[in-house]
Amino acid sequence: MPEVIIRKSFITIEEIFHEGGPPSARPLRRGAVASVIVNPYAGRYVESITDFIDDLRPLGLQMAKDLLKAFGDEPSLIEGYGKGAIVGEAGELEHGALWHAPGGYSMRELLPASKAIVPSTKKVGGPGTLLDVPVTHSNASYVRSHFDAIEVGCSDAPRAHEMLVILVMTSGARIHNRAGGLAAADIIGEDGLK
Amino acid sequence: MSTAKIRKIVTTVENTYLEMGKSIDPPTRRAASVAVIENPCAGSYHEDLEALMVIGEELGELLGRKCVEALGIEPSQAQSYGKSAMVGENGELEHAAAILHPRLGKPLRAAVEKGAALVASSKKMGSMGQVLDVPLGHKKAAYVRSHFDGMEVRINDAPRANEIMVAVAVTDSGRPLPRVGGLTHGDAVGEDGLR
Repeated sequence: MPEVIIRKSFITIEEIFHEGGPPSARPLRRGAVASVIVNPYAGRYVESITDFIDDLRPLGLQMAKDLLKAFGDEPSLIEGYGKGAIVGEAGELEHGALWHAPGGYSMRELLPASKAIVPSTKKVGGPGTLLDVPVTHSNASYVRSHFDAIEVGCSDAPRAHEMLVILVMTSGARIHNRAGGLAAADIIGEDGLK
Repeated sequence: MSTAKIRKIVTTVENTYLEMGKSIDPPTRRAASVAVIENPCAGSYHEDLEALMVIGEELGELLGRKCVEALGIEPSQAQSYGKSAMVGENGELEHAAAILHPRLGKPLRAAVEKGAALVASSKKMGSMGQVLDVPLGHKKAAYVRSHFDGMEVRINDAPRANEIMVAVAVTDSGRPLPRVGGLTHGDAVGEDGLR
């Protein structure tokens, strides 16, 4: 089984007080955790790659715990989430897809209200590549106020034989959300959608 | 008395575990905290920049504390620091100087407990999404060669035209694999701020 080798990691927390409108009594917080790891399949075509999914699970869980801790270790505060991966140039897009299960289920394991699918995106890119990681409500994907995205990147990663794997969480709706649609207060919270 | 009108604060902690295949144990760690504030002097010429100096004092304490908290260290464990500002297009470079130089340093030094060295700084005019490189230098002795470094910060939606991005960076370590000689962290005296 390939070993997960981490070169670096980072956590960013953004506190948003307003965006030109009335300051919120409860600032929106958006957080991202990322790990720069060695891509065990870089540089050649490897047919069977799914073993790495299980290898990534402990990392996913640790990253989700670290990010939650940066939010104050209170799972009930988290209302939105997302995940993403950037694969370095000696890898292929499919390697980024290995992050779907370990990334998503790690957050859903820790968060009590997480029936919604974890939205995701991925791409191949060089050091400094930015990824706009999508965010949706963690319990009902159609909640319009919580559709968002968090830009994540690292100036020196991913190098050719690396992957940057990312998890993001938010504490609530966009700061001045007023575009209508399903409200968080009105969700049924059974099917993960509404 | 003017205080900062803060739109957002972004705080990042970065840990480096490996460099060129060599294990970094303990990992080197650096943090940056960036406030996006309204520029009270944007749009017209202001001879007196006192309002910005007051903001600088406030942000030195706030951002220094946020970096130390994000690193999860005691203030005394901080090893290097730096400060930077990027002014949105309706401001002027001098606004960055007014925030950074007169009063930001003292509360920042207090936040990292007894910084004696000059706080390394950089400044520029810029727009949303531009990169700001925050220089880093040892907090006690500017000549400590292992701790010369820099940390990149960037916010996709800041600074808007009437805003300023103010950044403070703090580390609990130097570069991952320092080997270019010079004064070391262990040999620094830390009285004159230089050696």
